Amino acid sequence: MEQASSGDPGPPRARGGLRDDQVTGAALAIVGALVAWQSWQYPVGSLAQPGPGYLPLALGIALAVFGALIAAGGRLSPAFGWARFGDGLKGLAILAGLAFAALALERLGYRITIGVLLLYYLGVLERRPWIVALVLSAGISLGTYYVFARLLRVPLPIGLFGF
Amino acid sequence: MLETLGSLANGFEIALQPQYLAYAFAGCVVGTLVGMLPGLGPLAGISLLLPGTFGLEPTAALILLAGVYYGAMYGGSTTSILMRIPGEAASVMTCIDGYAMTQKGRGGAALAIAAIGSFIAGTLSVVGLMLLAPPLAEFAIRFGPAEYTSLLLVGLIVLAYMSGSSMLKMLAMAALGLLVGMIGMDVMSGYARFTGDVIELRDGLGIVPVAVGLFGISEIILSAAKSREISVRQPPLRELVPTAAELKASVGPIGRGSVLGFMIGIIPGSAHIISSFVSYGIERRLSKTPERFGHGAVEGVAGPESANNSAASGAFVPMLALGVPSGAIPAVMLAAIMVHGVIPGPLMMTQRADIFWGFIASMYVGNLVLLLLNLPLVGLFIQVLRIPYRYLYPLILTLCVIGVYAVGQSVVDIWIMIAMGFLGYGMRKLGYEPAPLVLGMVLAPLIELSFRQALALSGGSYSIFVTRPISAALLGLALLLIVLSVRTALTQRADWRQRLGLEERA
Repeated sequence: MEQASSGDPGPPRARGGLRDDQVTGAALAIVGALVAWQSWQYPVGSLAQPGPGYLPLALGIALAVFGALIAAGGRLSPAFGWARFGDGLKGLAILAGLAFAALALERLGYRITIGVLLLYYLGVLERRPWIVALVLSAGISLGTYYVFARLLRVPLPIGLFGF
Repeated sequence: MLETLGSLANGFEIALQPQYLAYAFAGCVVGTLVGMLPGLGPLAGISLLLPGTFGLEPTAALILLAGVYYGAMYGGSTTSILMRIPGEAASVMTCIDGYAMTQKGRGGAALAIAAIGSFIAGTLSVVGLMLLAPPLAEFAIRFGPAEYTSLLLVGLIVLAYMSGSSMLKMLAMAALGLLVGMIGMDVMSGYARFTGDVIELRDGLGIVPVAVGLFGISEIILSAAKSREISVRQPPLRELVPTAAELKASVGPIGRGSVLGFMIGIIPGSAHIISSFVSYGIERRLSKTPERFGHGAVEGVAGPESANNSAASGAFVPMLALGVPSGAIPAVMLAAIMVHGVIPGPLMMTQRADIFWGFIASMYVGNLVLLLLNLPLVGLFIQVLRIPYRYLYPLILTLCVIGVYAVGQSVVDIWIMIAMGFLGYGMRKLGYEPAPLVLGMVLAPLIELSFRQALALSGGSYSIFVTRPISAALLGLALLLIVLSVRTALTQRADWRQRLGLEERA
């Protein structure tokens, strides 16, 4: 997982003159190098008898090379800046709701978790009237539970409170 | 040929049974809705339905999911034409001339042409699939590990080459995808790689959380931030009838779109998206009056809409004949039948003929259902779009949580979905495509296994990849494509991909 999440393009800060491809290319090169270094710790085997570390090592090196080439040719790409990520804050708020769902799902159970999640989206993020948000949250959470758990027999978690 | 017809008749016997008809119908309805709603493409739609199919038998699961896939191709065109909102990426080109036709009061005719074109293309391409897949499977029975390694490698390189954006970026995403696919236990030695201390990761990352995150969640984040009010205009029924001139102008584009889409569909990649771009480019170049394009040219609707439906069937050729998915969508569908112990590959067609021919027949049925469903009921479907997005996206996210959790009964999958949603958002903003990442991830275990098996066969000699003729030919093709694109990059010359308008995707 560490590899996948550290593949997020974008450095912690943007400086004047940096270009999209320079930033993302460098990020990919770093990820590639880290993967290659990590794979080196695994049994790599030999050219004739590759071990579990062999292909990850080769791919890590390939990714580092691709990243470096992208960065090298990145002078003409759009200027890197945070302005474009103006919708990112709302995106993070949406993802935060999902993170809550991941934490709560098996503890509080499906119906309570989804009810709270929808209340957060509708009432807090979208500022719908509370009564609307409340009715919709309860309705969707109970309705989807009925359709999926009862009709389609998809096992959905039931939490501490029996919901 | 007679044998094929006999098998097809058996297939229809299966597909016309009431329960399979019901699954085809349900799939088409869900697919149409999925195609219309922004933020839910065919991939996310299929991924979300996947856990619901575990209780079904494999034929029913395949019929249902395929209905969603080509239903989405229909649904996407509706919103593109009436509202200039591409419900899914394959309909972007339809927006241009389709919406222009709506503004001129010919929106109904555009819808009809799109539906008729989709129907013809869908039906023709199923014929192609039916004729092509069995001999290909017979050929592929001779494939050994070396051939499979080369085939999979070529698949990824073709995908990178076909894309509109930089080949380097696509290759980087494919490499990243292959690495993501190697998370977990090594199939040959049982050695755990890149798992940290998370036990759930030992089985590797699932396709569903990755696909839903990269395609679904990231799209929702992008759409939710834009607040927009949609004005829905419902075309009166009499407007649906195209004029004779419009029909005549559409014949050529529909025919070309069908053939082109099918051929592009076989090639790995986001075939349904690419094919619509290529078809639009070709029609504009062939037209005697290219200046009409962009101002309501019916050819600009007929061609791309036929091509994307045809490509959807073409994509099933490698999936059914070789057991190798050509993109993320067939990959999820393969996962759906593997759950039932059906092993995909060249032998499936003979060993599980009922699945293969039932599936083929159901696609004929499905195309007819869609034609009947979409034209008269289009007014009903677009009512869904009256629901403001701020109410819609929480519901879609709820479905994502259910779908992702239900596949493996694990909250780790929800975390993976969140991480992939974040990654996908960043990638879209910065000009990277998620498709090669997903395909690389799916192909990684196959490539690694066949690569190491091939070396074991040859006693460690790499010559096995070039001395076996099929493998050598495939690798030669890969090399050729790389040389071609390096040359293009060095000389900065516009090649055929730009001329066909593929670059407009960027």
